[in-house]
Amino acid sequence: MSRREQEIDHLYRRAGFGASQEEIDEYTKLSVASYASSVARLLGYEQFPDDVDSKVGTPGYVGVTARSGSGFQPATNILDGRQRWLFRMVHSQRPLQEKMALFWHNHFATAYNKVLNELGDSTIATRMFTAKVDDDGSRTRGQLELFRDYALGNFRDLLIEVAKDPAMLVWLDGRTNVRSRPQENFARELMELFTMGVGEFEETDVYAGARVFTGWNLSLANRGTAQARYDFAYNAGQHETTAKEFTFPIYRDGSRVIPARSTADGMQDGIDLINAVARHPATGPRLARKLYAYFVNEVDAPDESMINGLARLYYATNFEIAPMVQAILVSSQFRDPATYYKRYSWPVEFVVRNIKEVGWRGFSVNSALTPLVNMGQQLFEPPDVNGWELGRGWFSSGGMLARMNFAALLATNQRFNLRDQVRGQVDSAESLLSYMLDRMTPPAFAGDAYNALLDYTRAGGTWTGSDAQLTTKSSGLAHLIAGSGDYQLV
Amino acid sequence: MAFTRRDFMRGGVAAFTLGFSAPAFLTDIARAQGRARRNLVVLYLSGGNDGLSTLIPYTDAQYYARRPNLAIPAATVLQIGTDSAGTPLGLNPRLTDLRTIYNAGRLALIQRTGYNNSSRSHFQGTDIWSSADPSTPQNIGWLGRYLDRLPSPVDPLTAWSTVRETPRTLLSRTVGVPSIASIPEYAFASPNGGTDAQFARSAATRIASHVPIDRPHLAFVNSTAQAAFVTLDRVAQVANYAPTVAYPNNGLAQALLMVAGAIARGVGTSIFWVQTGGYDTHAGQNTNVANGTYNTLMTTLNGGLFAFYRDLLNQGLLNDTLVLQFSEFGRRINENGSTGTDHGAASLMMAIGGGVRGGIYGTAPNLRIASDNPTLENNSQDVRFETDFRAVYARVLDNWLGADSAAILGGNFRNGPVFI
Repeated sequence: MSRREQEIDHLYRRAGFGASQEEIDEYTKLSVASYASSVARLLGYEQFPDDVDSKVGTPGYVGVTARSGSGFQPATNILDGRQRWLFRMVHSQRPLQEKMALFWHNHFATAYNKVLNELGDSTIATRMFTAKVDDDGSRTRGQLELFRDYALGNFRDLLIEVAKDPAMLVWLDGRTNVRSRPQENFARELMELFTMGVGEFEETDVYAGARVFTGWNLSLANRGTAQARYDFAYNAGQHETTAKEFTFPIYRDGSRVIPARSTADGMQDGIDLINAVARHPATGPRLARKLYAYFVNEVDAPDESMINGLARLYYATNFEIAPMVQAILVSSQFRDPATYYKRYSWPVEFVVRNIKEVGWRGFSVNSALTPLVNMGQQLFEPPDVNGWELGRGWFSSGGMLARMNFAALLATNQRFNLRDQVRGQVDSAESLLSYMLDRMTPPAFAGDAYNALLDYTRAGGTWTGSDAQLTTKSSGLAHLIAGSGDYQLV
Repeated sequence: MAFTRRDFMRGGVAAFTLGFSAPAFLTDIARAQGRARRNLVVLYLSGGNDGLSTLIPYTDAQYYARRPNLAIPAATVLQIGTDSAGTPLGLNPRLTDLRTIYNAGRLALIQRTGYNNSSRSHFQGTDIWSSADPSTPQNIGWLGRYLDRLPSPVDPLTAWSTVRETPRTLLSRTVGVPSIASIPEYAFASPNGGTDAQFARSAATRIASHVPIDRPHLAFVNSTAQAAFVTLDRVAQVANYAPTVAYPNNGLAQALLMVAGAIARGVGTSIFWVQTGGYDTHAGQNTNVANGTYNTLMTTLNGGLFAFYRDLLNQGLLNDTLVLQFSEFGRRINENGSTGTDHGAASLMMAIGGGVRGGIYGTAPNLRIASDNPTLENNSQDVRFETDFRAVYARVLDNWLGADSAAILGGNFRNGPVFI
C-alpha cells in the first residue's frame, strides 16, 4: 500500500506543506498525474477557487476555536487571524500561494506587537495584518493578503506595495518620516534586508534614502467608527525636495542622483529608488539564494550556476518571481533525490505537515498556537525585521522539545481516529510501524533508530491487534515519528 | 557578498559533535563543576540602547540643545557624581534601585563602549558584539569560543539561553546550548501514560542518539534532542524555586527569576543569556512622558535587575554572580522628528555583581558639534567609542571566568577598565 511517489511527496513538502492521504488520492486520480502536471497545478493556482476560508468551521476540516462570546474574528483578533492562516495552510487548494506568502512574511518581516503598541487599537492593528477586503465594512486589505496577491508576482511591484503597506509604515516608522527630520528605518532595511543586502551600500545611502521617502504616510478613513482603516497617503507637504545622491546607480544611464523635485512630484523619488534597488546587481542573486534555500537545499553549499541562472531570469523578466520558482521546481537540482530532506522545517511547516499526515478530525489549530511560540515561530510576530533565524537557528533543545510535545499533543488528540484507520490494515507490530512510516513520509530511519521504533511498538506485551493496543501504539508511533530529528527535515 | 548566520553555520559547524554519555555521568560533572564556578549573566538590551538617556550628562548644554523634546531635565536625573574628566552624570530618573546598587558599590557604568567604524545595522551590530570579531561578524560567539575551550566533555547545561533561540554570543563549535524560556514547557510529553510513556522516552532517546557523520544536518537536529534529554530532569528542579523577593511580572524579570532559580539550585549552569527588547526607539521615545516608551524600558530594567540583585544577595550568591549588560549600538545625538532617535554608535555598558568595583568608567562625550571634537563621529552626529567593548569582555574572561582572553578574542585587549 505504498501510498505515493517519493518525488511527488518531495514536491508537496517543498512547494506546499505536505499532502494528506486524501489529497494524494485526489491528485493521483487525475488522468495526468505526472511530475510536470503536479508542478503546473501548483504554479497555476489561480485556476482553483480561493474559497477555502468558507470551509472554516465545517465538518471534515481542521477546527478553529472562537474566543468566548465574540465568535471567530480572524480579521480583528490576531489569535483568530493566526488560526485562519494555519487553517489555510492545512486545506488550501493553493498550497504554493500560502507557501510564498509565508516566504514574504519572513522576507518583509513585520511584527504585530509593535503595530499594536503604536496604534493602541487591536482591531485596526489586526486588520493591517490578517484582514481580507471582504471580511468587514472597513474593507482593509491586510499585509498577508498583499503577500498572497503578489505571491508569485513582480518583485518590484511588491516592493512598492510593501513601501505603501500600512503595517510596514507603522513597523518601520515610515509614517513619522518628515522633511525636517528624516527617519532612516525603512530606507535602511529596504536596502539591507529587502533587496541588496549588507555591504552593498553606505551610510550616506541610508540618509539619502530616508529623505527619498519623506512624506510616505498614512491617512485614517472612517475615523472614530468601527470601520476605521489606515490607508497609504503621500503627504506632499512633508516631502524633502532637494536632490539625493547615492553611491550606486539610480537610473539606467548610470546617474546616481535623484533630481530635486517639487513636493507634488516628490513621490516619484521613492519609485525611482525602488526601481534602482530592484535592479541592483546584488538583489537578484540575493533573492535567488533565499528562494534556493527555501525550496531546494539549505544543507549543502548552493549550486552557483543555478543561483546565477535564477538571477539572470529575475533581471530578464523584469523582476518576476513566478519564472524563478518555476525554474526551481523543474530543475534537476530540485528533483535530485540527494536534495530530499535537506531543509530544516520551519515550525509552521512542521505543524501543518504533522496535521496533514496524522489527521485533524476533532483537532483545533488553536491548540498549535502556544506550541508554535515555544518552537520559535509565532505568525505575525517575527523577532525583528530580519525575520526568523532559519535553518539550524530553529533548533535548540527547548525548540526541539516543543516539536516533540506538539507531536504528542496531536497524537493524543488523534488516537481514536488513528485506531479506526489502522484497524484491519495491520496484523503485526512491523506492519503497524510500516503503515505509520508510509503515512508520515519521514526519511528512511537508520538501523538503530528504526529498531528503537520497532522495539517501542513491540514493548508492553505480545501483538494482539486489540483496539487498546492499536490505540496506544498508533498514537505512540505518530508521536515518536513526528518528534524524531529525522521528521524535522523536509 | 554578505553572509548570513545560516551561511556560516552551514559551512562552519560541520564538525559539530556531541559525545553525550549517560545522563548520570554528566550530572556528576555538573555537580563537580557547577557550584564552584562563577556565574555570568549576559543581558542584551536589543534594538540599540540610547545610552545618553540611561546615563545623562546633565550639565552639557548641547544635550539640551540637540534634544529639545527628549533631554531629561537636570532637576530630575539621579545625580551620582562625576567621571574621571569631571563631567557630572546622572542616572535616568526611573533607575532609582540601580542607584541603590551603585551606592552599594556594586554597579559599574562603562561609558562610550564600542568599536571603530561602528555598524548602524541592528543585525551586523549585534553580530559584532556577539562574535567580538568586527572583521568577521558571522564568527561564532565570544562565549561560544569560551565554551569550546572548556575541558571535554562539557556538560550540556553549562550555558543556558533564556530566549527561544541560541544567540550568536553562545554559538559554539562543540557545545550545544539549550534554550529554555519556560521551565514547565521544558518537559517530555507522551500520548500514553504508565509504562508506555517510559517506553516512548526510551525510544525517543535512542532515536536522538543517532548522529550520522554523513548527515551532519540530522546529527545536528538529533544533538539538540539529546541535549534536551540529558538536561530535562535537572531543569525541572528549578520549577519550584521560591525566590526571597517578589519579581515583577514581565519577561525580563521572569527570565532573571529563572536564572536565580538555576543558580540557587546549582543545576550546573554558569553562563546565562537574558534579553529584553524595545530599545529601537525611532519614534515616541518619550523620555519625559509618564508612560513613555523609554520610561517603561527603564522601569522594567530597574525592577528586574533589583529583584535579581536582592534575591541573590539574600542567599549569599551575589559574590558568585556577574551581570554584564550591552546593546548593539547607541543612538543618534539629535532627536528626530518622531520624538525618537536613530541608530548611532558608542553606548553604555553596565556590570552588576558582588565582585564588581562600582563606579563610573570612561569619560562622557562632549556633545558640541565640531569637526575637531574627538568624542563624536559621523559629523558630530554620533558618540565615538572610547573603550573597545572587547576590553570589557577581556576583563570578564580573564578576571571572572579564569579564561585566556587573548586566545578567545584573538588579540590583547587587556587594557580596559578595571571594573572587576
